[in-house]
Amino acid sequence: MGELRLMKGNEVIAEAAIRCGCDGYFGYPITPQSEVMETLMARKPWEETGMVVVQAESEVAAINMVYGGAGCGKKVMTSSSSPGISLKQEGITYIAGAELPCLVVNVVRGGPGLGTIQPAQSDYFQAVKGGGHGDYKLIVLAPNSVQEMNDFVDLGFELAFKYLNPVMILSDGIIGQMMEKVELSDIKPRMTDEYIAKNHGSWATTGKPGSRNRNIITSLELDSAKQEKFNHKLQAKYAKIQEDEVRFDTYKAEDADYLIVAYGSSSRISKKAVELARAKGIKVGLIRPITLFPFPVKELNGFAKKVKGMLTVEMSAGQMIEDVKLAVECSIPVEHFGRYGGMIPSPDEIVAALEQKIIGG
Amino acid sequence: MAKIRGAVVVDKERCKGCNVCVVTCPTNTLSLAREVNSKGYNFAYMENPEACIGCANCAVVCPDSVITVYKVKLQDA
Amino acid sequence: MDVKDIIKEENLVYKKSAIITDNTMHYCPGCTHGTVHKVVAEVIEEMGIQDKTIGVSPVGCSVLAYNYLDIDWQQAAHGRAPAVATAINRLYPEKYVFAYQGDGDLASIGCAEIIHACNRGENITVIFINNAIYGMTGGQMAPTTLEGMKTATTPYGRDVKLAGYPLKITELIAQLPGTCLVTRESAESAVAVRKLKKMIRKAFENTGKKKGTSFIEVVSTCNSGWKLSPVESNTWMKENMFPFYPLGTMKDI
Repeated sequence: MGELRLMKGNEVIAEAAIRCGCDGYFGYPITPQSEVMETLMARKPWEETGMVVVQAESEVAAINMVYGGAGCGKKVMTSSSSPGISLKQEGITYIAGAELPCLVVNVVRGGPGLGTIQPAQSDYFQAVKGGGHGDYKLIVLAPNSVQEMNDFVDLGFELAFKYLNPVMILSDGIIGQMMEKVELSDIKPRMTDEYIAKNHGSWATTGKPGSRNRNIITSLELDSAKQEKFNHKLQAKYAKIQEDEVRFDTYKAEDADYLIVAYGSSSRISKKAVELARAKGIKVGLIRPITLFPFPVKELNGFAKKVKGMLTVEMSAGQMIEDVKLAVECSIPVEHFGRYGGMIPSPDEIVAALEQKIIGG
Repeated sequence: MAKIRGAVVVDKERCKGCNVCVVTCPTNTLSLAREVNSKGYNFAYMENPEACIGCANCAVVCPDSVITVYKVKLQDA
Repeated sequence: MDVKDIIKEENLVYKKSAIITDNTMHYCPGCTHGTVHKVVAEVIEEMGIQDKTIGVSPVGCSVLAYNYLDIDWQQAAHGRAPAVATAINRLYPEKYVFAYQGDGDLASIGCAEIIHACNRGENITVIFINNAIYGMTGGQMAPTTLEGMKTATTPYGRDVKLAGYPLKITELIAQLPGTCLVTRESAESAVAVRKLKKMIRKAFENTGKKKGTSFIEVVSTCNSGWKLSPVESNTWMKENMFPFYPLGTMKDI
């Protein structure tokens, strides 16, 4: 059993980063995730593990520092919230294009524009469809608890290095600000220079020894035929991720007539809605995608053969619903219920929506 | 009295004929050739090899690193 | 004495640096980039730091600098080289990290990144090629384009009422306490190139001594963008660029 603490989601991101042997964090303050860097600065991990923490001049600079650090073969990350994540998109697409590993945490707030500092899930499209320019994808992990904020930092880095691809933790203001009991991960040492040379030496810029050719981190290829070939390679990687890395969770889904599909905070609220609906005699279950890319397409398609309808619950105007509809191939009715702009749905509202839009419809 | 003699070798294929070395040469050793290389550039060459003092100024200003310079000290005959 | 008797290994006084690769540079004939690349390569070779040097190339003509110097490189997004270099420096404090940037990259889109990297005193070397024009995109106005200078986006000459004033960013950077060496050099003559090399060597030595940011501007030509021959460009640079961007060391501590 690891160390138990009562912590905020944002604080846990910082603590988990230090414990998993992260080499560098580069950030810029923005509500509701500023506690990540505040916690790191108070913890002074450079004295403990040698981890570097830099408050950059902007989100743009921060993500480009992540690019630089990732290009060195190091475990590096940044965190921000929606408007800041928009600014980081340039760097994220370069990181994807250069096939570098890194972790980006988005503690989502409502938009568009400066929007609100309250929680939302309105950055789903941006997270799972690439976000920046070009054909690329992030691996997107959606925690629904402070515990998962801890667990997904280590998992995120593991996947990032496994696939040499940026990974995003798509959280939201509820989980970032919420305090919960968390079992912290055990401390892992940072990678040594020898480990990096051995394991990432084929691509990382560590200074060119006589024993190898120079390593170049770039996303540029002026020969279109080669660039198309590179894109094929990326697509093959994403197909492999889709095949091997789908993660999801279910609650009372086995005998369900109807299914709620929800991720992150919405999934917790939906769990209560399932209980309320069942108390009324409606057999409702919940499926929670944990990876938003790769999306649990096969699993949803399987459920579509068993249930009469699905309701997506999102703190957005309806984004994930598009992927759910694609997954079930329009074989059953799929409707959306959402509160947004910083508003949070209540379990009662969800049950009412289910009755109106799916059962009554 | 010692006399200095130099010589330069231009990598003709890599030379882009920018002429910067020619105007830099203090002894008018270099000139651009009438012929062109495979890229179509009039490459630099020693038009007056006798004049070269091996100062390497041409090579120092060459943007494409195509000039190699040699120098000898000769005893006065 | 015959020329072929002079051309012997024992008489060699100058050859291409071993750090310069055999790739033919894509730069236009006479481009200053090639000369500055060569000088950087010679400094790396002479200091024996090939295995400790990491370069960061920009967006612009020198985006492909990584094809020409046989060291590890990272290619940064437009203007972000100082941020990329910051992280490399922080994570590998014993390495020699340099950012190589043009005027559009450094003084326009990357203004924030360069000011803040210098202000933090990142232990890096910055080489800033100022030819007062955007080369790669086809000769548009740069932040450093001179007043009245014709470019693709200032076809009647830069009008300061429309486009503002040419930016002397090196003077700004010299004010920042994080910088230890701030100098403006050129590379049009052998004397200038030798001086430039001295300053680049000093900058890398500063990095070795962890003195902070060393910033070297190289007033340069873009003969394609300026629509002049390489030799005419050097003359034009001396007559027009040098009076506005005077050469010399602004800070050396």
